[in-house]
Amino acid sequence: MFLKSVTAISLAALTLGATTSIVAAKEKKKPWEVTKVQVKAPKGSPLDYLASGYWFRTKKTQSLQNDDFENPGFLWVEQGKTLWSKVDGKAGKSCASCHQKAEKTMKGVGARYPVYFPKWKKMMAIQHRVNYCRENNMKAKKWKWESGQMLGMATYIRNQSRGMAVAVKVDGSAKKFFEAGKKFYYQRRGQLDMSCAGCHQQNFGKRIRADLLSQGHSNGFPTYRLKWQKIGSLHRRFRGCNSQVRAKPYKRGSAEYTNLELYLAWRGLGLKIETPAVRQ
Amino acid sequence: MAQPRVRVPKKIKKGEVVTIKTLIGHKMETGLRRNKKTGKKIPRKIINSFEAKIDGKTVFKAVLHPAVSANPFISFTISPDKSGTIEFIWTEDGGKTFTKTAKFEVA
Repeated sequence: MFLKSVTAISLAALTLGATTSIVAAKEKKKPWEVTKVQVKAPKGSPLDYLASGYWFRTKKTQSLQNDDFENPGFLWVEQGKTLWSKVDGKAGKSCASCHQKAEKTMKGVGARYPVYFPKWKKMMAIQHRVNYCRENNMKAKKWKWESGQMLGMATYIRNQSRGMAVAVKVDGSAKKFFEAGKKFYYQRRGQLDMSCAGCHQQNFGKRIRADLLSQGHSNGFPTYRLKWQKIGSLHRRFRGCNSQVRAKPYKRGSAEYTNLELYLAWRGLGLKIETPAVRQ
Repeated sequence: MAQPRVRVPKKIKKGEVVTIKTLIGHKMETGLRRNKKTGKKIPRKIINSFEAKIDGKTVFKAVLHPAVSANPFISFTISPDKSGTIEFIWTEDGGKTFTKTAKFEVA
């Protein structure tokens, strides 16, 4: 149906440049560092192989991500860490009161989300879960999706799963939301009448104006985008993509975007989580 | 959010040249952007200078301009001959300063 990648050659050209930088690296590679260029695609995937967005960026951008000190995304991880033990709300609790050390309790959580939440009868992203805990357990005010606090917390939580493979569940109760996300991905929208698949499946490795198209995976989110000069959520990126094709973007945290997040996570099953990644 | 972070090696050999790395979270608002809704210019607020002092004496100073992007990363080398404390000072437009100190040993 859709063209399988025609860009294997162009990606190989990119990776040749990247491989020499790995060979030249004097320091030992950390366990979470991105080393494998092509990862096996999940069963039923329309892609031949998976390549993280990391490989589509310049070496300078990659070097920013490789160093935990220079990676500006860690400023938000630190913020999240501070907020984790901060008491907030009428119940007098902090995240740590129930969840103790995030390094232990949040490990693998970022890799599972978004999950089906039976109470709401729909999918729940990390940000939804944080606000649910804040509202019901901490009796605290909800945080806005793209606020400094929520970005810090979401980045901190997902950072605990760094180096682990994306592992969302798409069967059972999540199946109909997965299908909804899949429909969204392939649906043409906006004045420019373009779909996610049109760029990220059919044309990854090629350029759209000055931008080099990646496979559009979410394994690095929340990510530090050089364009934004700060950390941003996946839903912010969705809004940007939708605006770019002159479609009316949906709200951050909306069901449409959460379902798309689920589908996107499935597309990237097996890729290592890189939060906080550094992208263009 | 302006948490500065510094990387200073704790133990330095005498005569060794070490790289000091610093990163501070700051918006570095250039003063050229406009509010999308109101059309008003967002006022300039950047870190305009960075200074590093060892035991009170300035060893490195940099003057920054609006072209520097957000969350500025500054690194420089030093070769101290005795143990001491290094103090980092970032000065914002308007006079507000952010500081961080680190101790190092020269063996």
